Amino acid sequence: MCIKGENMSEKMKSIMVFIEQDEGRIENSSLGVLSKAREEADKHGYKVYAAILGHNIADKANELGEYGAHHVVIVEHPILRYYHSEAYATGMSMLIERYKPDILLASATRNGRDLFARLAVKYRTGLMAHVIDFYIENDALIGVVPGFGGSIAAVVKHVKGWPQLATVSPGIFEARRNWGQAENVEKTTLGIDESMLRIKIVERRVGEMVDLSQSRKVVVAGMGTEGRLEIAEELAKVLGADIGVTRPLADIGVAPRDLQIGSTGVSLKAELVVVLGASGAPHFVSGIRDAGTVVSINIDPEAPIRDYSDYFAVGDVFEIVPLLIEELRKKAKGGETS
Amino acid sequence: MTLKNIIVCLKVVPKPEEVRFDPETKTIDRSKARNEINPADKNALEMALQLKEKYGGKVIVVSMGPPFWEEYIKLAIAMGADDAVLVSDRALAGSDTLPTTLTLATAIKKIGDYSIILCGEESSDGGTGQVPPGIAEWLNIPHVTYVSAIEIQDNKALVRRTIKGGYEVLEVPLPFVAAVELGCNKPRFPDFRRKRWAEKEFKPKIWSLKDLGLEPDQVGFKGSGTAVVELRELKPPERARVVIEGSPEEIAKKLAEVLAKYL
Repeated sequence: MCIKGENMSEKMKSIMVFIEQDEGRIENSSLGVLSKAREEADKHGYKVYAAILGHNIADKANELGEYGAHHVVIVEHPILRYYHSEAYATGMSMLIERYKPDILLASATRNGRDLFARLAVKYRTGLMAHVIDFYIENDALIGVVPGFGGSIAAVVKHVKGWPQLATVSPGIFEARRNWGQAENVEKTTLGIDESMLRIKIVERRVGEMVDLSQSRKVVVAGMGTEGRLEIAEELAKVLGADIGVTRPLADIGVAPRDLQIGSTGVSLKAELVVVLGASGAPHFVSGIRDAGTVVSINIDPEAPIRDYSDYFAVGDVFEIVPLLIEELRKKAKGGETS
Repeated sequence: MTLKNIIVCLKVVPKPEEVRFDPETKTIDRSKARNEINPADKNALEMALQLKEKYGGKVIVVSMGPPFWEEYIKLAIAMGADDAVLVSDRALAGSDTLPTTLTLATAIKKIGDYSIILCGEESSDGGTGQVPPGIAEWLNIPHVTYVSAIEIQDNKALVRRTIKGGYEVLEVPLPFVAAVELGCNKPRFPDFRRKRWAEKEFKPKIWSLKDLGLEPDQVGFKGSGTAVVELRELKPPERARVVIEGSPEEIAKKLAEVLAKYL
């Protein structure tokens, strides 16, 4: 297999960010990683590469420059139109060999984690998973990794192997369209031979999935809702909010993992988060740390969520929420007429 | 199609909510935390047992940890696993995922004749999810993560993988590694009689590094790609913490005032 394209003439310190896409739709949390990478790169004299693998994605170059890439590398192949663990690992390995990035980052989505775990062993190098912050110190990658459910953070340093790998908690960094055009854009094709791939994707069903890291308003259901999402859904409807859940509800299958808020789920940036019946377990509250206003309702006046709330109402979710919906509807109507 | 060995990687974890952090000494106190089999690993074990019931084979648990894990391994045996290996060696302390996956992969190779290797999607304490693809890379076999169902057809498997907003079905040749999704099935309770038998009679194979042919500097802190520099407590962010109490009606009115500007 070989890579066609121009050779890189000079070697300078660099960070490569894996930009995830699915049939041309870019995963927003990748752009957040890209913006943060650019910020760190500018402090330490690194260049940022955005590496995107896909099919018919040539039009993504501008955007990636604006979100922080100095260099954009576009790999085109039909097999790459959506994530395929072997094809992507092969493709990324080729890019690592060719561009020799010192640091390689991805958003810790399902696919990002799948890919980087494999690459870490392939290159016998350290990988920090799900970091909530990262920075460079004397050319070493340092990451802050939440542990034990998110109440404790470990400051972790990369000590062995190349490249230095980390996956970044989705939504923790904001995608900022602050930069201009990329210095250069390279389009390459990889000679991926499909017959060499052992895994075949034979069926795929994808529905619309809201990206909670982008939501302005979110209503979160915890175990106190007993998994009856209707109550949260109705309130969300009145508020024009999206629905999220805590980990235990995702664990029992009430909602897909994509809607899970917290250290192993999504971190919210919403201006308003309403938390219904969640006690405030460490793994959950790390996901609402950066939210604007947090309003919570809990039957236990001592629930830890109290410390993470701007407004903490003590009472039964099933009693309060229907009354609250009624009050809000009145106010909404009043607002229209006045 | 009859399966050969179905390997289940199993980890014992402290219940996350019972782990305490001592801000003075900056250390983690697990002494008061009760332990359990990592919840997703139980789903992996259940899937293995169901595969065995359908396609035959032998379910073998592999674990890397201190000797006291034997107690939990016996629980897996009581649930129906046929045999177990515990890799236990002081030199393994401090291993991150790189030496962990090397050790598990080496143990799996030593067991041999594997058709499928099942792991939990991630552990509740570390939560990295890195182990299953790592094992697959050491063994040079394919892996699939976030697996909720497996069906065997001849020498390959149809594997259902959860993806953002849906699922996909992958066709994968045996052998391969599957990271089983937490909560995708209901792990069975240990059989009472089998439990009593396991507690009294069953002994897992205990392998040391030497048994695996690994050197101490390949594992532990020395073999790891990352090192913990410092532990920090994550403190709650500054919040107004206005407490609203009263009758449900009063609370609803007050909350509505707070929320009105977001309508």
